[in-house]
Amino acid sequence: MVELYQTQRAMRNIRRAALQRGVIGVLDIGTSKIACIVLKFDGTGTDRETDGIGPMAGQANFRVIGAATTRSRGVRRGEIETMAETERAIRTVVAAAQKLAGVRVDHVIACLSGGHPASYGLNGEVPLHTGTVTEHDVASVLAACDTPDFGRGREVLHAQPVNFAVDNRSGLADPRDHAGNRLACDMHVLTIDGDMIGNLIQCIRRCDLELAGIASASYASARASLIEDEQELGAACIDFGGGGTGVSVFIKKHMIFADNVKIGGNLITQDIAQGLRVPLPVAERLKTLNGGVEATGRDDRDMIDVGGDTGDWEADRRKVSRADVIGVMRPRVEEILEQVREVLDAAGFDYMPSQQIVLTGGGSQIPGLDGLAARILGPNIRCGRPLRIDGLAHQLTDPSFSSAVGLALFAAHPQDEWWDFEMPADSYPARSFKRAYRWFKNNW
Amino acid sequence: MSVVIDHRPGRQQQQRQSAEAPKVRRDPAPSRLKYRLERMWLRPLYRRVVRIGLPAFLLAMTAGIWLSDETRRAGLNDGIAAIVDKVQNREEFQVRMMTIEGASPAVDKALRGMLPVDLPASSFEIDLTALRLQVMQLDAVESIDLRIKPGGILSAVVQERVPALLWRNARGIDMLDKDGHRVASVTSRATRKELPLIAGEGADLHTDEALALIDAAGPILPRFRGLVRRGERRWDMILDHGQRIMLPEEGAVIALEAVIARNRADDMLGRDISVIDLRDPARPVLRLGVDARNTIRAAQGLPALGPDGQILDEQKGG
Repeated sequence: MVELYQTQRAMRNIRRAALQRGVIGVLDIGTSKIACIVLKFDGTGTDRETDGIGPMAGQANFRVIGAATTRSRGVRRGEIETMAETERAIRTVVAAAQKLAGVRVDHVIACLSGGHPASYGLNGEVPLHTGTVTEHDVASVLAACDTPDFGRGREVLHAQPVNFAVDNRSGLADPRDHAGNRLACDMHVLTIDGDMIGNLIQCIRRCDLELAGIASASYASARASLIEDEQELGAACIDFGGGGTGVSVFIKKHMIFADNVKIGGNLITQDIAQGLRVPLPVAERLKTLNGGVEATGRDDRDMIDVGGDTGDWEADRRKVSRADVIGVMRPRVEEILEQVREVLDAAGFDYMPSQQIVLTGGGSQIPGLDGLAARILGPNIRCGRPLRIDGLAHQLTDPSFSSAVGLALFAAHPQDEWWDFEMPADSYPARSFKRAYRWFKNNW
Repeated sequence: MSVVIDHRPGRQQQQRQSAEAPKVRRDPAPSRLKYRLERMWLRPLYRRVVRIGLPAFLLAMTAGIWLSDETRRAGLNDGIAAIVDKVQNREEFQVRMMTIEGASPAVDKALRGMLPVDLPASSFEIDLTALRLQVMQLDAVESIDLRIKPGGILSAVVQERVPALLWRNARGIDMLDKDGHRVASVTSRATRKELPLIAGEGADLHTDEALALIDAAGPILPRFRGLVRRGERRWDMILDHGQRIMLPEEGAVIALEAVIARNRADDMLGRDISVIDLRDPARPVLRLGVDARNTIRAAQGLPALGPDGQILDEQKGG
């Protein structure tokens, strides 16, 4: 844990340095596309109010100066599979975004969706010696959280204090200076495979970039697509991606659960290709242009040219009805939603005070998905688009960019994590004390 | 997607070949080298060096190397000089003659002597500003308008100073214009009889006042001999028969007008008065002549006084 603490802290410092320089890149490595947004931090942005742009939910201190997207390569199910290919894709997208922005990007914040995320709710408790909660007490209660065995090779991606309690007063966001005898905290920890992070770091390093932060894709897309009230009252964000479907649950502005369902849009494309016997690019086109989940009578008569380049006249002149496409897609979408339901059940979403569900990600653009999801997941469903941020081109504001936008918000205003607090002195290894003692002895 | 297959003999093979040729998909990713170079190019310092520093350095280095050879440098100088010479000696820039307007023969001769080059010459060789300054040093010239007119004519329009006064000073007699500037010297008073005479140290600095006094002296002008500057402060007007009007420092013209009015009323200047002292205008003082004084003394029964103030011996004087 200590080593991880140091690396995450180092990343925070890099992020701070990048903000000082004013330019930071955001890299969303997805299964179907890789997006890069270049952000410029230029003060408070107070003059935008006069330009008719609102306060933008407090996100007004940065501006998008370059954005690019490219087809993803070498990524499968949200995990980097072929490093060299992914590196090339990252180079492509970073070069394009840099060209648009006209500045060099040195620091990036990246997100990744795969790597078997696992959520843990931890709690810790410390007695208060001084009678009031000090910064040091907060750090020590975070360090006192009893960590379960995460498993071999697991790394902590997020460790966010969700709730503090002083004596019997619970639900405190900021316990500092509260009087009491006992401080308890609940912490949400998200772990993923350490190798996945290692691969990502390696890929980014090979592109001469420095990693200034790392986040889970489901967390990022929820930051972008849940509005503030939903984050406060409780909501689940479901990010339909290419390689997987991310699920994250928010309450009181904190993520309390995140998971990943391993079925995504690519599997739907594969189903269409197999079911209608068409090549994958054609299947992708059929899905995006003519896909849907609710068949109507008109869809039976709506014939689509499949096309093809096989040389077989009969095969190339084939037509399928839209109802056929829908008939192939619907079971798979239902399966995804069923699995999401299972994940939400496992998370105890039914016991949340508000059960808002927000669908986002590229897959949420399937027509009729919200109707189907309402039947499986619950009545409060809406399709969410990412928050509007300054300077982002219109074609990059559709739901598939919600995790990229969420990462931009994460870069600007990260929530408190465990490593933002000073580690209490008693958990430092004794070696450093010896070293400090030796330094004093040698120099004084 | 649909491909039209040409079934005509001969074409068929060609079609098949092109269809079978494997499509080489271009990799959209920049190569590592290109990516690094692009990123380097986006570094502002590097960009500035490549865009401004390097060309400037190359230019300076090329010029420096080329000029480091003595013969090349001499050749370059000669070439430049030749081009300049060629342009300056063109027919269009030649000045052939000089016309002088409004100058007396003496000034005309001096002007022609001052021209530094022999005509015809190029107009680039005639420095009009320097020539003008040189000409302005002549006392007789008030202003000069020098220009080169089309057709190669150097035209000088001279305005000469008009002498208004003669000034007798320690060095001789000078003619002054109305501003007190010296025009020329004269050998004797008789050469310019029509000009009034002034004298005294600093008289040339107040010629306007002197001229005003001479204007105001209208009726007594036939008796006017000259004005004398006293102590660089005030004027004395000298009339014939040794009469003198001592004028005050300020309001000299008014005082003179008062004397003239008195003269008109009483014929004061026709009497035996040697000095009218108006230095204090509120208290004019008259100094009588010797005969007038002795006549008054004789009427009072006093002995006559000589010009030196001593009592005259009747026997000696008789």
